[in-house]
Amino acid sequence: MATATAEKLAPPKAADLVTLALRLGDDALVLGQRYAEWVGHAPALELEMAVSNLALDLIGEAQLWLDLAGRLEGEGRDADKLAYLRDVLDFTNLLLVEQPNHDWAYTVLRHYLYSVYHRLLIEGLSRAPEEAFREIAAKVLPEVRYHVKFAHSWVLRLGDGTEESHRRLQAALDRIWRFTGEMFTDDELTARLEAAGFPPLASGLKAAWDEEVGRTLKDAGITPPQPRQMITGGRIGHHGEHLGHLLAELQFMQRAYPNREW
Amino acid sequence: MSRDDWELYEIFIRTARGLAHRHVGSVHAADPEMAIEVARDIYTRRNEGVSIWAVPSKAITASDPEEADALFEPAKDKIYRHPTFYKIPEGVENI
Repeated sequence: MATATAEKLAPPKAADLVTLALRLGDDALVLGQRYAEWVGHAPALELEMAVSNLALDLIGEAQLWLDLAGRLEGEGRDADKLAYLRDVLDFTNLLLVEQPNHDWAYTVLRHYLYSVYHRLLIEGLSRAPEEAFREIAAKVLPEVRYHVKFAHSWVLRLGDGTEESHRRLQAALDRIWRFTGEMFTDDELTARLEAAGFPPLASGLKAAWDEEVGRTLKDAGITPPQPRQMITGGRIGHHGEHLGHLLAELQFMQRAYPNREW
Repeated sequence: MSRDDWELYEIFIRTARGLAHRHVGSVHAADPEMAIEVARDIYTRRNEGVSIWAVPSKAITASDPEEADALFEPAKDKIYRHPTFYKIPEGVENI
């Protein structure tokens, strides 16, 4: 039965591949920009280096996905055009990654929650039916694995640190939790791609994420969040006000001086 | 724990398999795992290493510079301690 189904798989539509690559690229771009905001403000010189490395990893990943999206789209747009010349409504990133950094606890906790999902997603994509997706996934996987390790160590360090660090981590979790559901929300795009042989792209990742994240929060002594209404919309361009401010900074040069190279 | 309480760690990097770890510098960190992570970002981001050691600086016992003469001067004129001091007799191969 399984093989019979596999043989009947229709190839994914080009437009769907473009959208998937955009989603992957936008998540990485927006989160990378958030980390870049820490430069000059990190709690210590050592963390300044750490957080700027995370930013560069993510912006490098964004470039790969956005270039792929542009190539598949075939309308002459490359990563730069997609990053600098689209407006807020065209961005498909998760609401989770566009939230402001708040404090270090929020930053590393968000990084952990996102990175576990990111790793599960990329691990799956390293077996995707499309070679271009497999190649990028294989290239970024070691970086993403490091991101999980880095963020995991910080969640434990803050959860198990001082009263203040514990309080901040718990507050961050309570604040951020409502944005986590979007990672696991299926839509028509994920359904079509999964039917075309793609690995789980949303709800199919949730069980593994719940298990891994739940264990870490327990180890960090953090009270699990109450189930609550999840906020979604980023994937279809319904963003909060924060993304507009982020893009204003990210896109300023190209907006003020179109086509200027530097 | 504030930033001021972070411990100083000495960082040693092995640049390739088969070579010894070399001292490259030091970092401040809250715990050993963090010392490794920040050392990775500061000292190996241009592909300089395959292994990192982090050692609490306070665990290192150093020789006293004031005693340098007493410690090292006596070795200076003992050139016979170098293998090159000795002539290899004819007929000896593969030494």
